[in-house]
Amino acid sequence: MSLAADRKSNDVSEVATEAAAAPSAQTAPPAPVEEGYRTVGDFTSATPVMQARKVDVFYGDNHAIQRVNLDIGRNEVIALIGPSGCGKSTFIRCLNRMNDTIESARITGDITLDGENIYSRSMDVVMLRARVGMVFQKPNPFPKSVYDNVAYGPRIHGLARDRGGLDEMVQTSLERAGLWTEVKDRLEEPGTGLSGGQQQRLCIARTIAVNPDVILMDEPCSALDPIATARIEDLIDELKQNYAIAIVTHSMQQAARVSQRTAYFHLGKLIEVGDTDDIFTNPRHKLTEDYITGRFG
Amino acid sequence: MSSPSSRGVKEAVARGIARRYRSERVFRALGFGALLVGLGFLAFFFYTLIGNSYTAFQQTRIRLDVALDAAVIDPDATRDPEKLRGADYQRLAREALNALFPDVTARADRRELYALLSSGAGIELQQLVMNEPAAIGETRTLWLLADDDVDVLVKGHAPRDVPEAERRVGDKQLGWLTTLEDRGLVELRFNRYFFTRGDSRDPELAGIWGATVGSFFMLLVTLALSFPLGVATAIYLEEFAPRNRWTDLIEVNINNLAAVPSIVFGLLGLALFINVFGLPRSAPVVGGLVLSLMTLPVIIIASRAALTAVPPSIREAALGLGASKMQMVLHHVLPLAMPGMLTGTIIGMARALGESAPLLMIGMVAFIVDVPDSPFSSATALPVQVYLWADSPERAFVERTSAAIVVLLVFLLLMNAAAILLRKRFERRY
Repeated sequence: MSLAADRKSNDVSEVATEAAAAPSAQTAPPAPVEEGYRTVGDFTSATPVMQARKVDVFYGDNHAIQRVNLDIGRNEVIALIGPSGCGKSTFIRCLNRMNDTIESARITGDITLDGENIYSRSMDVVMLRARVGMVFQKPNPFPKSVYDNVAYGPRIHGLARDRGGLDEMVQTSLERAGLWTEVKDRLEEPGTGLSGGQQQRLCIARTIAVNPDVILMDEPCSALDPIATARIEDLIDELKQNYAIAIVTHSMQQAARVSQRTAYFHLGKLIEVGDTDDIFTNPRHKLTEDYITGRFG
Repeated sequence: MSSPSSRGVKEAVARGIARRYRSERVFRALGFGALLVGLGFLAFFFYTLIGNSYTAFQQTRIRLDVALDAAVIDPDATRDPEKLRGADYQRLAREALNALFPDVTARADRRELYALLSSGAGIELQQLVMNEPAAIGETRTLWLLADDDVDVLVKGHAPRDVPEAERRVGDKQLGWLTTLEDRGLVELRFNRYFFTRGDSRDPELAGIWGATVGSFFMLLVTLALSFPLGVATAIYLEEFAPRNRWTDLIEVNINNLAAVPSIVFGLLGLALFINVFGLPRSAPVVGGLVLSLMTLPVIIIASRAALTAVPPSIREAALGLGASKMQMVLHHVLPLAMPGMLTGTIIGMARALGESAPLLMIGMVAFIVDVPDSPFSSATALPVQVYLWADSPERAFVERTSAAIVVLLVFLLLMNAAAILLRKRFERRY
């Protein structure tokens, strides 16, 4: 296994240098994926909720993600790390089909949610997004009241039977997001009037109000100060008891703090996956090691 | 190349600094000058407009003791409204005027004397009697409408001290008028006809109301058609349509349509709505249709701009929660874009209100006395009324033209104020 991994890793670094050396070749047709590129480490999970197999993403002619295989496991946090433009955001946006909104985006491969292909005809995108929620980089509460922000998901999906049920859902969601005590007296005030950290927790509350299976987080703390970040991290830690969480982050400390597994992306390729402790203490691939020791990125 | 020493930098900056400040001063002076010139023109425009128009809001009236003679109005004492309506009220007014000048007896002289009164005097008496039949037989002191030539003289718009041939009012008439004025029987009163009546050949009876109602019906049709169509088109193009050659072509054409001269739309309206569809000529509904064609591109462009301005993060938030595209648009994007859309619509409507060229093509330039009662009855519009009056030879129409422009401008200002208010009121931070 280790021998095989070594051989593959050489291939990857070759590919990486090639891609880095030819930034002007953007308009060229997508290069065929090299045979033999294989992720180091075990990309599977014992209890997978979502499974991505041989996923390629193209933005027009730009091959953004190449043959990525990765599982998202139940009740665990997986951190996706890597330098800017490595495709980690692109990857999680495939998981709830947010890339559908980008016209030039083309996705091949299989992604399943509980064994069901999410890109198949029978999978409704509205249903999918109700089951795979997303928290974005910049807090983006609706310009509506705090209450309406959280109640929006349950309302459109018809989850609450009456006003009382909705009230309860809003309260539970806000409590789980650790925001209830702060906003319980200002539920009717606009969500945009909260502080940045509160807004992000409101967005998390809004997401969990729909009770999804998976929560995708795209750099949820990059616009927040360290204190607000710490609160969100604590929150993520609590949320993993109920949800599978995939978090994209630029902060390796954050990845180390909140995640159980870590996936390292580099120039559209998933280089290495493994238990977070292993990856940070004993990276097997040269690129991973260079990145986490701060040599680039 | 070595980097310059710090002393070198200081010297270089010092050399250029005066020039930099000078060019800034010149630019500011130029800008300020341009602003002053613009404001000067605006002030001149308002000065002449208001100076010309304010007298139109007053009208000369002559005080007469009118005997509402039962023998003239209702000789058979039937009090039949039809009979009452048809009586010769002008004769009563004339007799009342004649009573003030008993020495005017010759037929030609009497005719000249009667010319001091407007034909509207009889109409006023008719209305009085129709509303209050009990007044028949009484003698009432009334301020009756004077002729427009008298009005012009009283307001000082025409000179009195020129030879008779250069006046519209003869020497004798001038003498009678002076006598009336000396006795305090001539007064300028508020000109309510200007705000309540339609067009007329007699300037003293001509009003702006007919044109206002015509414009109102027209804008109603325009709004009802172009707002929903424009907003729906903008939403489709911006949120749903795929980006391909066809949508690009449509987009280019919409932008081009906004720049098409408005008279072309008038020709289209004439050819299509009147000749093909057989809609009535001079009707506000046709005017509204034509103006919709003109306003649609403006509304579409403004609405698309408003939609584009809604941050993508809001869309992503809605989609990420599992909202369908329609729900995303209706619940989140549209409310945020609405103020911009409404502003664009009102600006488009204001442009439509001020448009006259296309209306000339569809016959709304006709002389129409009656105030329209539906979008299908013949009507004219405010800017066309301005055009019609500006074309009229009577001196008294000059001030009315200006006054009509003032009314038009007031409506435009109100609409623009509404646009600003709407934007301020509904604009939301995000």
